[in-house]
Amino acid sequence: MSGRQKQFVGFSVLRLSALVVLLILVVILGDIVVKGAGVISWDFLTQAPTNGMTEGGIFPAVVGTFLVTLITAVIAVPLGIFAAIYLNEYAPKTKVTRLIRLSIRNLAGVPSVVFGLFGVALFVRLFGFGTSLIAAGATLGLLTLPVIITASEEALKTVPNSYREGALALGATKWQAIRTNVLPSALPGILTGVILGLARAAGETAPILFTGVAFYLPFLPDSIFSQFMALPYHLYILATQHHAIEQVRPLAYGTALVLITLVFSMNLFAIILRSYFRRKAVNSR
Amino acid sequence: MTQMAKIVTRNLNMYYSDFQALKNINLTIGEKEVTALIGPSGCGKSTFLRVLNRMNELIGDTRVEGKVYIDNQDIYGPKVDVVELRKRVGMVFQKPNPFPKSIYDNVAYGPRIHGLKDKQKLDELVEKSLKQAALWDEVKDRLNAPALGLSGGQQQRLCIARLLAVEPEVLLMDEPTSALDPISTMKIEELVKSLKERYTIVIVTHNMQQAARISDKTAFFLNGEVVEFNETEKMFTNPADQRTEDYITGRFG
Repeated sequence: MSGRQKQFVGFSVLRLSALVVLLILVVILGDIVVKGAGVISWDFLTQAPTNGMTEGGIFPAVVGTFLVTLITAVIAVPLGIFAAIYLNEYAPKTKVTRLIRLSIRNLAGVPSVVFGLFGVALFVRLFGFGTSLIAAGATLGLLTLPVIITASEEALKTVPNSYREGALALGATKWQAIRTNVLPSALPGILTGVILGLARAAGETAPILFTGVAFYLPFLPDSIFSQFMALPYHLYILATQHHAIEQVRPLAYGTALVLITLVFSMNLFAIILRSYFRRKAVNSR
Repeated sequence: MTQMAKIVTRNLNMYYSDFQALKNINLTIGEKEVTALIGPSGCGKSTFLRVLNRMNELIGDTRVEGKVYIDNQDIYGPKVDVVELRKRVGMVFQKPNPFPKSIYDNVAYGPRIHGLKDKQKLDELVEKSLKQAALWDEVKDRLNAPALGLSGGQQQRLCIARLLAVEPEVLLMDEPTSALDPISTMKIEELVKSLKERYTIVIVTHNMQQAARISDKTAFFLNGEVVEFNETEKMFTNPADQRTEDYITGRFG
């Protein structure tokens, strides 16, 4: 084969792979949209399920997912960003630090059901939170931490060292240099990582399964120690656990559509935010 | 020239891990003088500069032996506040490093972190510093424009203005013109000459003519040692050491 032909074959294989991946995504999304769009209505979004979940809407699940993601954010965002600042700016470059960093990277690969079991042991039982919003939010927080820490650390790494040295050479303390010079430059990257992490948390089922999510609740949670309904788990029930699966299938597709729309809009927001900050950075050059 | 001694080093040795970067340096740098540090790459002149405001400590495994006195105070002594030291001993870097903020905010950065909030005083200080750095006329109408939009030479003068706003006593300059064109270089050199009336300046340069043009004294570094330290004029017309002569006449380096 000539170099030209080899290039053609190689190029075709790469293009085909990309197309296959894209096709799978389109089929899945198309399927969900086509089968789910029919049940989407204002009532579906704002009413509780009725008649043994064969009718009505998904309002409690929407609220539950929103609340549990909020708690996840409150717990994981500050902790994750602070940990990243410590690791990148303060921690001595020793073997121990490298080991810690490696462990955090590995945590990101731990199956979410393992986080769920850990959450039961720690938050539900040891801390005595019971199955609740706070226990589930904290568990999801643990799951999200590695994502936030890793993304924040990468963002901090891209800040030129001259910003730090320049500030220090003017008599700034290390923390002043970080707060006024390093963090503002790293913020876009950090925010993007935070949103992507939270979007993943919002779609998780396993970690909340044993820690707080309820099969069905006729009312909304009234405190952080209440159980709650959530979109991913509601979908799981409608799709596999319901006594009349065929009958509720459209509702399951509708729930899936709402969940996917939610996660996609969070990701979209992250992308918009990133490109906005990038444009701003380019304009100030 | 019988100036007061501003910086004195005694038997100064400096190590990066096992590598000895500075060997037994004994220099006395006079107040309100311009001292040029010349020598080939890797000879220790930038390292020496960073020892003077303890910026070398930021690179992890480093060790300093011997004494460094500024105004008779041992700056490696146990009671020294590094932050306070760096306010007195400011630094301009090789590559202009304005912060991604407006021109005004760059100059106001130092005073602000040191607690100055009064808007009027800040305004005055910003204007005074920009004037001292010979940049005021070029930027007075666009103080709120991003500093990164300035030319390289303007950026470097902005960095000098940013430093002057902290009102230091010593200015350390690490090849401040190596990234600049000849016109910008000339402006910085004129600036250095005018600043020496008020500040003690130590400048690292690879440019022999620059050292000859702007400095009162010159130290020639080679492999971590000071080969020769003398009046610039004497150094460039009648060097005492053969190696100095070889270097400044371009036989190596």
